[in-house]
Amino acid sequence: MARSTSRLSRKRLGEMYRTMLRIRRFEETADDLYMVGKVVGGVHVSIGQEACSAGVCAALREDDAVLTTHRGHGHSIAKGTRLPEMLAELMGKVTGLCRSKGGSMHIADVSKGHYGAHSIVGANMPMAAGIGLAYQLEGKDQVAVVFFGDGASNNGAFHEAMNLCAIWKLPVVFFCENNQYAVSVPAEYSTSVDDISVRSKGYDAPGLTVDGMDVAAVYEASREAVAHARRGLGPSLIEGKTYRFFGHSRGDPHYGMYRTKEEWEGWKGRDPLIVCEKMLKMTAKQKKAHADAVEAEIKEAIEFAESSPEPEESVALEDIFA
Amino acid sequence: MPELTYVEALNEALHEEMARDEKVFLMGEDVAFDYFGVCSGLADRFGRDRVRDTPICELGFTGAGVGAAMAGFRPIVDLRFMDFATYALDPIVNQAAKLRYMLGGQLSVPMVARIPSGAGLQYGATHGQSLEAWFMQVPGLKVLYPSCPSDAKGLLKAAVRDDNPVMFIEHRLLYAQKTKQDVPEGDYTTPIGVAEVKRAGADATIVGIGYQMGHCLEAAEALAGEGIECEVIDPRSLTPLDVETITASVRKTSRCVIVEEGHLRSGVGAEISAAIQEAVFEYLDAPIGRVAALMAPIPVQTKLEKFVLPSTEKVIAAVRKALGVSA
Repeated sequence: MARSTSRLSRKRLGEMYRTMLRIRRFEETADDLYMVGKVVGGVHVSIGQEACSAGVCAALREDDAVLTTHRGHGHSIAKGTRLPEMLAELMGKVTGLCRSKGGSMHIADVSKGHYGAHSIVGANMPMAAGIGLAYQLEGKDQVAVVFFGDGASNNGAFHEAMNLCAIWKLPVVFFCENNQYAVSVPAEYSTSVDDISVRSKGYDAPGLTVDGMDVAAVYEASREAVAHARRGLGPSLIEGKTYRFFGHSRGDPHYGMYRTKEEWEGWKGRDPLIVCEKMLKMTAKQKKAHADAVEAEIKEAIEFAESSPEPEESVALEDIFA
Repeated sequence: MPELTYVEALNEALHEEMARDEKVFLMGEDVAFDYFGVCSGLADRFGRDRVRDTPICELGFTGAGVGAAMAGFRPIVDLRFMDFATYALDPIVNQAAKLRYMLGGQLSVPMVARIPSGAGLQYGATHGQSLEAWFMQVPGLKVLYPSCPSDAKGLLKAAVRDDNPVMFIEHRLLYAQKTKQDVPEGDYTTPIGVAEVKRAGADATIVGIGYQMGHCLEAAEALAGEGIECEVIDPRSLTPLDVETITASVRKTSRCVIVEEGHLRSGVGAEISAAIQEAVFEYLDAPIGRVAALMAPIPVQTKLEKFVLPSTEKVIAAVRKALGVSA
């Protein structure tokens, strides 16, 4: 498993830390608001997996594309999605990014190159191939990154999309967040390989497994894969070994059902925020400066979302046809 | 006016739209070679990038079509057999149809899925289905089904220019028809959502879907010999459906038979029948008749296949029943 080298500047790593903290605090806030009944619909938080979101998106340009999953707040935030409009979407407000009709599982901010969270597991991969095809047909050097989980790597959509991208040399990076479980089913049971990245060999594409709790390692692997795609050399598959600290969704405890306390604590000790703080040798004062800035942003998002109106019923019949 | 077959009309539409707009491209299995003839000459003229053979992966390439449409292209995906579209239901039903809505109007998905359908060639239960009613159930999809060369060209061109996902249903027996028909010259489109009265009559209305239009017109001709004048309507567009043209006819005739190749239960005829009785119940003098495939998978054996499918004779019988006359 690839770990980070120390070539990254402190400034760049500090930015990734900030991104991870913004994701962490946004999701904690969303979870709190869900518990008091203020969030509409399902919420799947990615707490524990922030290094994957932050590391990959740090390697992208603003005009590159991401497509994400039902567990997509982190990718959205890392790609530049606006927090107030995103929280408003979760809270069923008409000011939400999707006018309250997509919710947590379909967050998108196309103006930021975020082509959507896609809640059908695996469905986003053929679409990413299509966006990559559009870039190639136009002769652009943009890249599409598609996030998915260990569960989706067993879906036909993954294999069909990998093959299309490989035969057509499409500029697509497949990033698998292997958080070890597809809801309750362990990857070691459901998946034919220990390292999902080896599946790239079947498509004659580069594959690499990295420490998904180490934002620098994720960034370095992503930078290389993105450069490969941008040069017209086709897709890559990166697997980040990671862990969600929360259950699959609310009502699913952190441990005790299908994950042991010991396993959970082992991963919790490798919290990506703590790993990054150590790499940066952050002082208490520096940590507080990050935390204060993020709290101000979260507060602003809550105020915006809380004060926004619900949609009129007529909104339900809009945006069906262009 | 030039005369074209159904296949030639589709082919001309593809040539014209690809020449008109470089964002239009075509992909699917065997499209460069295309033994159906619909894609003839396209690969040579526009190149393999825009006339793109795919591996056998309906989910993969239809999903890629959705992605390319999201990114500003106007892909046409060729699903070869409607039965194969079952592999592509996620990108069609969950993604193409819903993305604009789920994303609050941030983008649209201007993709055309060309879907050759239908039985009559003894290909059996998995190469002969007519599933157009499934797509009518899905908000966000348009569903077109031309029955003749002029509409094949005009509707395909309209579909390519439409900013929404369009299910464009074709029929393999229409491919086989060698009869040519006048097709307007040059650049024209057939409006989406407008039915056409194919034959005027005052005694009964026959609504015919797609390939079944041929049986409807034959039935109307035969019945005219008995003094029964049928008005024959081709909706052409199943979503949006031109209910007004159909109900205006039923107001006049008070009797209606709907003919489709899909299965009877929850079919296109069920929807049109409901729309008619909601709008003009008081004008009806008889129950609305439906001719459709019997509720059996499509069998291979010629006699059995014929038994399951609609036919001119079945249409005639249904009209007679609606009129309360015997043969």
